[in-house]
Amino acid sequence: MATSATVHSHAAPQGFIRRYVFSLDHKVIGLQYYFLALVAVFVGMFLSLLMRVHMIWPTAVLPLVGEIKPETYLQLLTMHGTIMVFFVLTTAPQGGFGNYFLPIQIGAPDMAFPVLNMLSFWTTFVAFVVLCAAFFVTGGAPLHGWTGYAPLSALKNSGPGEQLGADLWITSIAIFCVASLMGALNFITTTLDMRAKGMTMFRMPLTVWAWFITAILGLLAFGVLLSAGILLLLDRNVGTSFYVPLVVVNGQIMGHKGGSPLLWQHLFWFFGHPEVYIAILPGMGVASQLLSTFARKPIFGYKAMVYAIMAIGFLGFMVWGHHMFMSGMSPYSAFSFSIMTMAIGVPSAIKTFNWLGTLLHGRIRFQTPMLYAIGFVSLFVSGGLSGPFLAQPTLDISLHDTAFVVGHFHLIMGVAAIFGMFAGTYYWFPKMFGRMMNETWGRVHFVITLIGTYCIFMPMHYLGMAGQPRRYSQFTELSYLHNLIPLNTFMTYAAVITIAAQFIFVINLFWSMFKGPKASDNPWEATTLEWTTATPPPHDNFGGVTPVVYHGPYEYSVPGAKRDFVMQTDPAGVAAH
Amino acid sequence: MGLALLAIIWLITLVSTYFFAAKTWWLPHGASASAQWIDGQFALTYVLMGIVFLAAQLSLGWLVWRYRDEGPSRPVKYTHGNTKLELIWTTLTAVLFIGLNLMGSSVWAAERFATAAPGSLPVEVTGMQFAWYFRYAGADGKFGSTSPKLMDPSAGSEAAIGLDTSDPASKDDVVTGTMYLPVNREVDLRLRSVDVIHSFFVPSFRFKQDAVPGLEIHMHFTPMEIGDFEIACAELCGLGHYKMHGMVHVVSAEDFDKWMAAREAEKQ
Repeated sequence: MATSATVHSHAAPQGFIRRYVFSLDHKVIGLQYYFLALVAVFVGMFLSLLMRVHMIWPTAVLPLVGEIKPETYLQLLTMHGTIMVFFVLTTAPQGGFGNYFLPIQIGAPDMAFPVLNMLSFWTTFVAFVVLCAAFFVTGGAPLHGWTGYAPLSALKNSGPGEQLGADLWITSIAIFCVASLMGALNFITTTLDMRAKGMTMFRMPLTVWAWFITAILGLLAFGVLLSAGILLLLDRNVGTSFYVPLVVVNGQIMGHKGGSPLLWQHLFWFFGHPEVYIAILPGMGVASQLLSTFARKPIFGYKAMVYAIMAIGFLGFMVWGHHMFMSGMSPYSAFSFSIMTMAIGVPSAIKTFNWLGTLLHGRIRFQTPMLYAIGFVSLFVSGGLSGPFLAQPTLDISLHDTAFVVGHFHLIMGVAAIFGMFAGTYYWFPKMFGRMMNETWGRVHFVITLIGTYCIFMPMHYLGMAGQPRRYSQFTELSYLHNLIPLNTFMTYAAVITIAAQFIFVINLFWSMFKGPKASDNPWEATTLEWTTATPPPHDNFGGVTPVVYHGPYEYSVPGAKRDFVMQTDPAGVAAH
Repeated sequence: MGLALLAIIWLITLVSTYFFAAKTWWLPHGASASAQWIDGQFALTYVLMGIVFLAAQLSLGWLVWRYRDEGPSRPVKYTHGNTKLELIWTTLTAVLFIGLNLMGSSVWAAERFATAAPGSLPVEVTGMQFAWYFRYAGADGKFGSTSPKLMDPSAGSEAAIGLDTSDPASKDDVVTGTMYLPVNREVDLRLRSVDVIHSFFVPSFRFKQDAVPGLEIHMHFTPMEIGDFEIACAELCGLGHYKMHGMVHVVSAEDFDKWMAAREAEKQ
């Protein structure tokens, strides 16, 4: 392991382009992913703001965008979902933090394939540009939702935006798949092959385990989506009929015959469900790392945590059908998908118990990263517990495609995952930029964001139970929705406040980058390898030294130790580990 | 900060729970035969998940406050976990989740494994951008054939679904834009779509099923109360998705027969 590391090292590049644009350094590439996701998240958030405003004031004429029509609403919704899922939830936790810290945390000088790493980022970048281009072409962005169900997504006359906009949308996703496959290969190889001496698999930080399993999920899932996307492009442009049977749109017989709309759903969700875990596993890793660090206590049940990540990843591939209980799929298969889905609750519960067990008898420091880790646990519990409702086909009859589902997945794979990113940002910022972020503003940002997101997404569960379908731009047509409008109005106000609070974060981020107090090499008194090296880390991460690892990653408050933490590289003994 | 966190987490938890418990916003009134079974399973799930939610959130809030850093006077317990505890909570959650699932499965089986009983009323529902059409087979009990070539949505009803009027079986078929059903009689629903996927959603009946082009999906349910119930489209189907609604009028058997006779008379 350690011997192979030297083979992959490369000299520090000179010149702006090689250093900051087409860089091979995993740290620079990690930051590129991070800032791409930061741009994407603000675009996606802006779109959601427009949607929430339109729901409450449908005739409002807004600056920049003008009047929002019902079809515009659906275009916003499609782009919001696609940008958030692919370019935020997949890009930042894995491409951003994973790229930057996986090699350092296992003691490697870089990723296994630096050129592939660079290609992976720039391919992602191209995918983002192609997606955004859909806004500006004739007809605008597609309106078929981020799930792109055929035949709506496969026919050019099924609605506005379903012409060139939809082609750009699916092309962007296909390009993104290629990028993610390159990234996944790199992460897996690096983890298996580039660990420092003494860094056994069971001494890896849980963040590394999460990135590693996430990469495996990505490798298996994105290939399927790529194929599905190519078939959709063929249906749209070449006249094939993979997803489209004989259909009549507005009195006009389309030229397709014999295709299966359910095929798209099977392929899409075979990717789509693991994607949920691709978004949330890195957050689980960060939460584990931070809860242990800031509670000054070893993580409770390290191996159980590792096995739980594996179990979630494994089961995650057997549950895609729970998105399709109402699709016309066999009711018998719904039965087995349902059991598997409920089974995922078990490893998820193990993780929650272990997080609580880590806090028990600890000595908790409430610095901003820890606040976000605690918020993550709360959101994970809240978002997770609506799962067993949706996992039962009987209850899904009422709840499927209602606001209940939207509340569920936003809490868990949206907000909880983003809390993982906030936690990671506040935690690793000193290592990445050599300065500390402002604690006071960090706390203000945390409190508003936690309460605000609960105010937006918890009411969605009530709305869904009351039968409010998702993807409705207005609630005027169905009379039973009328008395839900006040609650929707409340959510819109909560969204406006919460979105405004995100500027506190961005200002803190950029201000601290240049004006924050200088950070020491290990400001949180943490134990993993990134805190053993300089701040920011040198080009080869450890300045020509190959670290040697002696302990597991979370040796806090070891009896008899000098300080309340023992670095992984500290040869001084920790009994039995 | 520990106390503030406790207050925030507890406040969020208790306020959220209050609105669930007070049923301020809740499932619409159930008006079909399966509603009470589905609602029963819903209530069971809701109580169990509610207990887990409260237990987890309240203990999270309590733990962060109780074990806040108060200096070195209170020692940290150095432990890497407890295998026995891991096994206990793994088993307990497995029993809870899988058990809950099995309890609900009989309702699903009754709803979806079995077909409609003899004597049920066949009704065909056709979805298209952005309307629902309902077809009754008439006195002969047979649906006449339809053809994509004959579909003309602008002409409405029979022409919209492409009814082939040359087929003798279609002579007494009644096509309407509003659904009429007799109370207490099972409906043998056949669900179709001519263009994209729609979803036939009647919240009060606890009924939802996608209408998929290329498939004819058979479902069944029994309305139990006289009244008007709204139909929503629950699958994104295009720009008019939010206004693709309809109405089910559930009436007495006599009123239904009268209504049907009047429609047949109109056709002659």
